Amino acid sequence: MRTLITTLVCTVNGVRHERTVEPRLLLSDFLRHELGLTGTHVGCEHGVCGACTVLLDGEAVRSCLMFAVQADGHDVATVEGLSDGLGGGDALHPLQAAFREAHGLQCGFCTPGVLMTLVPFLRDHPDPDEREIREALSGNLCRCTGYQNIVAAVRLACGAAARA
Amino acid sequence: MKPAAFEYFTPATVDEALALLAEHGGEAKPLAGGQSLIPAMNFRLARPAVLVDLNGVSELAYVRAESGGVALGAMTRQRAVERSDVVARAAPLLAEAMPSIAHPQIRNRGTIGGSIAHADPSAELPAVMLALDARFRAKSSSGERSIPAGEFFKGMLETALEPGELLVEIAVPPLPASSGTAFLELARRHGDYALVGVAAIVTLDPRGRCKEARIGLLSVGDGPVLATEAGKGLSGQTPSAELLRAAGEAAATRDIDPPSDIHASAAYRRRLVAVLTRRALARAFERAEKA
Amino acid sequence: MARQRAPSGIGERVRRNEDARLLTGRALFVDDVRLDGLLHVAFLRSQHAHARLSSVDASAARSRAGVVAVYTAVDLGDYWRPGPLLVPPPPIPGLVFNSCTQVPLAKDKLRHVGEPIAMVVAESRYLAEDALDDIVVEAEPLPAAVELEAALGPGAPRVHDQLPSNLAAHVVQRKGDWAAAKARAHAVIKRRFRYDRGASAAIENRAVVAHWDSRAEELTVWDTTQAPIPIRNGLAQLLGLLESQVRVVAPFVGGGFGPKIMMFYPEEVLVPWAAMRLGRPVKWTEDRQENFFATTQERGQIHDAELAVTKEGKILGVKDVFLHDTGAYDPYGLTVPINSQCTLLGPYDIPSYESEFTAVFTNKTIVTPVRGAGRQHGVFVIERLLDFAAKELGIDRVEIRRTNLLRPDQFPFNNEILFQDSAPLTYDSGDYAPALDQALEVIDYKRFVREEQPRLKAAGRHVGIGVVCYVEGTGIGPYEGARVTIEPSGRVRLATGVGTQGQGHFTVFAQIVAEVLGVDVTDVHVITGDTREFHWGTGTFASRGAVVAGSACHAAAARVREKILDLASRELKATPADLVLDGGRVHVRGDPKAGIALGALALKANPLRGAVRPGSEPGLEATAYFGPDRGSTANGVHAMLVEVDAETAQVEIKRYVVVHDCGRVINPMIVEGQIQGGVAHGIGNAFYEQLVYDEEGQLLNASFMDYLLPTATDVPNIETTHRETRSPLNPVGAKGVGEAGAIPTGPLFAQAVEDALAGSGLEICEIPLSPNRLFELMNA
Repeated sequence: MRTLITTLVCTVNGVRHERTVEPRLLLSDFLRHELGLTGTHVGCEHGVCGACTVLLDGEAVRSCLMFAVQADGHDVATVEGLSDGLGGGDALHPLQAAFREAHGLQCGFCTPGVLMTLVPFLRDHPDPDEREIREALSGNLCRCTGYQNIVAAVRLACGAAARA
Repeated sequence: MKPAAFEYFTPATVDEALALLAEHGGEAKPLAGGQSLIPAMNFRLARPAVLVDLNGVSELAYVRAESGGVALGAMTRQRAVERSDVVARAAPLLAEAMPSIAHPQIRNRGTIGGSIAHADPSAELPAVMLALDARFRAKSSSGERSIPAGEFFKGMLETALEPGELLVEIAVPPLPASSGTAFLELARRHGDYALVGVAAIVTLDPRGRCKEARIGLLSVGDGPVLATEAGKGLSGQTPSAELLRAAGEAAATRDIDPPSDIHASAAYRRRLVAVLTRRALARAFERAEKA
Repeated sequence: MARQRAPSGIGERVRRNEDARLLTGRALFVDDVRLDGLLHVAFLRSQHAHARLSSVDASAARSRAGVVAVYTAVDLGDYWRPGPLLVPPPPIPGLVFNSCTQVPLAKDKLRHVGEPIAMVVAESRYLAEDALDDIVVEAEPLPAAVELEAALGPGAPRVHDQLPSNLAAHVVQRKGDWAAAKARAHAVIKRRFRYDRGASAAIENRAVVAHWDSRAEELTVWDTTQAPIPIRNGLAQLLGLLESQVRVVAPFVGGGFGPKIMMFYPEEVLVPWAAMRLGRPVKWTEDRQENFFATTQERGQIHDAELAVTKEGKILGVKDVFLHDTGAYDPYGLTVPINSQCTLLGPYDIPSYESEFTAVFTNKTIVTPVRGAGRQHGVFVIERLLDFAAKELGIDRVEIRRTNLLRPDQFPFNNEILFQDSAPLTYDSGDYAPALDQALEVIDYKRFVREEQPRLKAAGRHVGIGVVCYVEGTGIGPYEGARVTIEPSGRVRLATGVGTQGQGHFTVFAQIVAEVLGVDVTDVHVITGDTREFHWGTGTFASRGAVVAGSACHAAAARVREKILDLASRELKATPADLVLDGGRVHVRGDPKAGIALGALALKANPLRGAVRPGSEPGLEATAYFGPDRGSTANGVHAMLVEVDAETAQVEIKRYVVVHDCGRVINPMIVEGQIQGGVAHGIGNAFYEQLVYDEEGQLLNASFMDYLLPTATDVPNIETTHRETRSPLNPVGAKGVGEAGAIPTGPLFAQAVEDALAGSGLEICEIPLSPNRLFELMNA
């Protein structure tokens, strides 16, 4: 069997990466295991749970439903790009801060995908109503929270943005 | 759940893509948005030896107003169709159906042509295109042809596309005057494949009677179904609650032979078709009257 | 001494210490572990529910490029042995229990789809999966035992050849005299109930990474387990190592819900063994498809139940005979059916009870506890029986419940049957009637029933209300421990053995310690689930973290407090009674300036030179343990409004109210989160989730496409009210809450939907429902 290798150049969280990869390598595996960006999680590998959601050129996509080579020439953003949180509480992205304030996470496994779904959603809908928030979240499964505090966190984040 | 190995090509033009498909024959599979193909590959239910990735073929991504209707490049992202003003004006039925397709993360990647060529009987776009009487332009290394929606869907995941042939454009004709449309589906959860869905187009004559009704149904067979019996019962009639109910019943009993699966029995699907058809028609007639 | 008001202590909405790490993607989950030379595993699993396995030929797989090793049962040699019986059954007279525990790799028989047959170790997961195709398995398919009643019938295929039938266990528990109760009853309500449960479906699948350091002679295992300490002890024994040579780390775990506590999963014993054998670190991460077959589940029970009542609706007795599906093996003993048996009794005074169950082996994935752990089944039976009794007697369904609630003066209330912890099921404390009243008030029951519902029904809308009660045994033993250390920085280190899967341990335990020591909660650094840090304890299960480990944290902090007061009283020349701990300092009452920081005191407690007093211990550190006599019992009332589209059988939840009593609430924000998540799980169980097997034992919906977890558009906002009846069994006064929300949702849903369709003759005696199933029942 032929081993097929191809070269990939992409930007992840503003950093340029050049790697040779097998075409079948999933973008989720590339981010996690080649680049060590393990904040992006994998929950189903068939595009339902949403845990692996990242931004491709600013729009939310399932990284388990893309091959890494398809990111060639594109811009990827992961949860690590929001904020590393190391500068203390204030260093969190407003959305991250709202999740902490509203208890929008429990085990935290689905959370990076939820955040990356919400970033473009809030960009496009700065003042969403509850129905819009819930529909925006409906492609991300969470088993811990019952979603109530995730919705509350989104509202909090909108309020914070509106006041700013 | 990791895909089996494959050989991978990234053509930049339709001609390059067609040449690759011709060269690799049955081994090759075109990759559009990948939102159905890649999960199947992750489960190793699909193991194409060669993937011809169409995502770099930029000439296939467009939404164009065309003689009152709209022309869509096959590689246009579903999200772009959803957000298109042209589509909203020229094909409101399509615009109404778009948000029911999975979730934004899927629509950001999924393409209009990919979904149609995949021909999943539970998918929204085939039924919508059937109701809209759209035409599909297909190209191969030996030429080009235009296939009406009514002849395109051949069965479970089967279409009229020949090996080596690529769907390149979907042409949606203009809506006749005094028309109204409605899309309605019932899914277990928001974004799931529907248990049943209805895409309805009705046109009124100057006296307020139904001139024509086209009703596309999804998730009721091994492909999208045009409910012709229900449509016949409507034509020439003045819309009324009783008429709509009868149309729903006709669709449920005479137009379909629905399957049973773990989510819905055939009997339940028939009930849903009767109810949703009635409700969708009511909405479509209401809109037609305002049109 | 008056208790000092500590910042961010018990009872406050403290935001979580662990969140910053989780929100920024820095938290370590098992699959995040990266090691040089890491190898990857894929398992070849049975395609058959039941088959005779004649041969496994892995030679082609072994010679594939990138494959390092392939192991079959034969290759394991002496290491191949069935797993231990994790939970031996309670000492119930006459109990029959046939122990058949799971094996690491199938040897001569395949007993469920997904049972591992061979293990491939390769340079990548992709290559390992490629090699699965190369393994040639010869197996002769056998008829499968799938449906419970059929599996017990004559001529049923036997899951375990050495047993005469598929009977896994038979248990009868009794109190009072059922026959006499039935004889003098005004009415006896009898029904057959089916209650099916589903997958735990944590979003993180299981994973194990093992690294053998041959220089240190130490094995480190990262494992998504809820019970790292028993896993360490068990692995040491299996591998012939000292317990101290094995370190098991359960880092952040992406949801547990029960099935992440097993002893052992095959993958858990094989990955460390392979790492030692190969001298390279090895990782296996379960994929979602495997999870549906290889991670334990809960499934169905069939109950034939009778309720004997007086004309006024007073319960005279209950008889229940049920079948319980235990799957292909029964390593978890009888925890699930015994929970069903015990929880059926609910908050009611039931003078006579006869409960008999038969656990049945089937050719399906193993059953072990999933959030609620069989309690749902019992609650469903009693709550539905009361609904049917109320209808038959013409009594309001709330009133029949109120009539039978236990009174506050009846506690502690001994139910006279044994619970899962082998102790008699005794309710420690509770105040049930006010909880019911409060739920009715919040949902405005009277107005809805008298005004709203008739008005909406007249307008052709099908609206219904439900109200159900439950009691939940929580916080069982045997024990947990904790170590509290004050560091010279003044920060407090708290180590405990239980693993964490999102319950907020980093915050709740810190709150308890912060309150005792008068420090800020953010200054308490919690370490859980790492056996190098703490190696005594059992694990996170049975809603026991806050109760048992929390009490151990409290005890350890109290001892450190004594040490602080002892040393500070000498330093500050004051009696301990005059000292105050506040703001990370200890000072003399009334004179905050005359004090010393805890960090400075910690330094003084660990001098580098000079003499210490004989018998003293260095540092400000203490380890303590807590083991309750028995579990504490939480309770609650759930109420719900629904609207049913009678044409399409779609159900919309309009309101969901929870009144809940989990004793003393340590952090209301976290408790509410637990309840909201539990209710969502319960809603999934009631209306979305079901594992559908065909008659050959094949699971028909092994994906998130077809196994439906509720999403954000399916779960309503939960209106939660707390009540606090403290537990006398632990110093904090806490009761467990982790499973509560998921327990009463099934009967609540059934009652509300039935009410919405009242007059149609619909009776709901099964969960889960779906629109399709509801349509069938409505048209039956």
